[in-house]
Amino acid sequence: MDLTWSEQDEQFRAEARDWLTANVPRQPLPSGDTAAGFAAHLEWERALHADRWSVVSWPQEYGGREASIWQWLIFEEEYYRAGAPQRVTQNGIFLLAPTIFEFGTKQQQDELLPRMAAAQDLWAQGWSEPGAGSDLAGISSRAVRDEQAGGWRLSGQKTWSTRGAFCTHLFGLFRTDPQAQRHRGLTYFLVPLDTPGVTVRGFDRLDGDEGFADVFFENAFLPDSAVLGGVDQGWSVAMSTTGSERGLTLRSPGRFLKAAAALVALAGERGEAATDLLRDRVARSWMQAHAYQQFTLAQVTDIVEGRPAGARSSLNKVFWSELDIALHETALELLGPDALVDGPWTRGYQFSLSGPIYAGTNEIQRNIIAERLLGLPRR
Amino acid sequence: MRFAPSDEQRELEAVVRQVLTDRCPPQTVRAGAGSAQVAALAESLAGLGVAGLLVAEDDGGLGLDENHLVSVFAQIGYAAAPLPLTATLAVAPAVLAAGAPDLLAKLVEGGLTVGADPAETGHVAFGSGVDLVLRGGFGGTGRIEILDVSDAAVSTSPSVDVALDLTGYAGARLVAAVDDPQVVRLAWERGVLATSAELIGLSRRMLDLTVEHVRTREQFGVPIGSFQAVKHHLATALLHLEFAVPVVATAGFELAAGLPGRLRALATAKALASEAAHVVGRAALQCHGAIGYTTEYDLHLFLKRSWALESSWGSAAWHRAALLDDLGVGLTGVRPAS
Repeated sequence: MDLTWSEQDEQFRAEARDWLTANVPRQPLPSGDTAAGFAAHLEWERALHADRWSVVSWPQEYGGREASIWQWLIFEEEYYRAGAPQRVTQNGIFLLAPTIFEFGTKQQQDELLPRMAAAQDLWAQGWSEPGAGSDLAGISSRAVRDEQAGGWRLSGQKTWSTRGAFCTHLFGLFRTDPQAQRHRGLTYFLVPLDTPGVTVRGFDRLDGDEGFADVFFENAFLPDSAVLGGVDQGWSVAMSTTGSERGLTLRSPGRFLKAAAALVALAGERGEAATDLLRDRVARSWMQAHAYQQFTLAQVTDIVEGRPAGARSSLNKVFWSELDIALHETALELLGPDALVDGPWTRGYQFSLSGPIYAGTNEIQRNIIAERLLGLPRR
Repeated sequence: MRFAPSDEQRELEAVVRQVLTDRCPPQTVRAGAGSAQVAALAESLAGLGVAGLLVAEDDGGLGLDENHLVSVFAQIGYAAAPLPLTATLAVAPAVLAAGAPDLLAKLVEGGLTVGADPAETGHVAFGSGVDLVLRGGFGGTGRIEILDVSDAAVSTSPSVDVALDLTGYAGARLVAAVDDPQVVRLAWERGVLATSAELIGLSRRMLDLTVEHVRTREQFGVPIGSFQAVKHHLATALLHLEFAVPVVATAGFELAAGLPGRLRALATAKALASEAAHVVGRAALQCHGAIGYTTEYDLHLFLKRSWALESSWGSAAWHRAALLDDLGVGLTGVRPAS
């Protein structure tokens, strides 16, 4: 056990903190999941990119700093501590990029990664379909070979695509082998949303933001270069993305440390409304946020030493999503009647409720935990 | 930054695990105080020199720190060893060094068994064979009395944990009183840490027993572990355990490093380890069905020990209250007494 940061890491932290202090907008931006807010967030993303803070762990040539995974964690901690805006580039940078680094051709990497880092291309996820949510292998969208044109014809529908209404690109799974069952015969495609035959329809979410989208495909043509990984290999390629989504890249501990600190401050501000019953719950959330941080430090040590997280990323996902809800519920009770007014805590609460649903519902995660970590029999 | 046990910690853990596997099967826990099995267990542990774990090498000890304490006590918990090891291994070294240094050598040799009663309840766990009792110091404040109980009158109280051997003493002789705040605080912190680690080990054991059970027990023609309701109980249990483990490790590190802000890590460790044991224990009992609700089956040995330890060295609620004080948003009304 050595829980001290190296001098180099401390320097990195200081540099990140200085930059964030000088550059984070004083007034919080409107939500990035609305049309108006999205534009403001793009401006912020480009400011991050200009000073090489948008993708700290990436190679220099793609706009990064080649920061270690430890430094990435430090940056995330400082980012949330500074109250910096939500990352509208998140799905590309944190979910797609690791997959491109692992499975992409050199040409795909050279073309796609710099534009993603600069927020020129904005990526939405295309996993779910009206008939395939938790059961991702049950998708029916398909890609049919067009030999004459030398590519693929996509048809079908993707849905609940976060910020899909504002994004320029989509990554997702399509069935390329109509004979194959379930998770065989799927292919991972990278789709520009301005491709003829692709239509995007935005719709509102429960929390009032409007960034959700249906994406319709009607014989949309894509060249072979749009395939990531290999034809019919989509499931294993996609699993690397969902691993990142459940694990620490989607929800770094910095986010919950910041929220726990804000909850403690709220309890302090609320005076007599902060009953002992609520204070006890504040302590629980504070402890869990720190447990999540320490779990992550152990997990990163494992990754650095060559023990991949694997199914353990399902532990992260269930834990942070349930912590997030509990923390916001306590905040709302501390606010009492003031919780009727729209604000960061009420918004945060509504958003937290999506946590146990997206990235694989917590029911699915508990199945994975029981079967793959505890070795219980599948049915 | 490296959040993982050192090789040295792992080696020590393996040695202790081996001794406990050999010498502390459930039959030993059942045999209880005064039995030949428990005496043999005590002798084997003494042979490892673990009594000197936290004693400096110059004083004949192993000169190790609280990181190692966590590793050792997780194993002790896994075996539910029926000996006053928290008091003897974790608490006594600093207290004796301050109040009765001439007894330290005997402790290191394994020739001295020590019990503790931090909350001054009048009861000492695993107390019927102890030479000394350390009384007081709850919460790391006040003073700790070193009592010689070798000639005292002994009484036994029934306990929630039948193996706990809750013992009261009348007519103990005061050897010394330690009121150095640093020592009293350290004694408390080490007791809290050891108990937290023990709860981790107990949770792990209860979960292992249960996983084994649900994989083999068949109902409706299939193993009951294939039912989603059972899977989800045990997934939730594992979640509580897996997020308590790193918290206890952090508390061990912060204590070993003497970090000034360590109260928060220690409070978190005891609260989350207690909760984990509680949740795992409930799931374990439920998933065992009626088989677990007997004293013929072993689960109850670990379940009842975990109940006893949840209420010792500060309950989860007490530690949450301590954290809140430190965060500046302390409880305003009646607070948990222990």
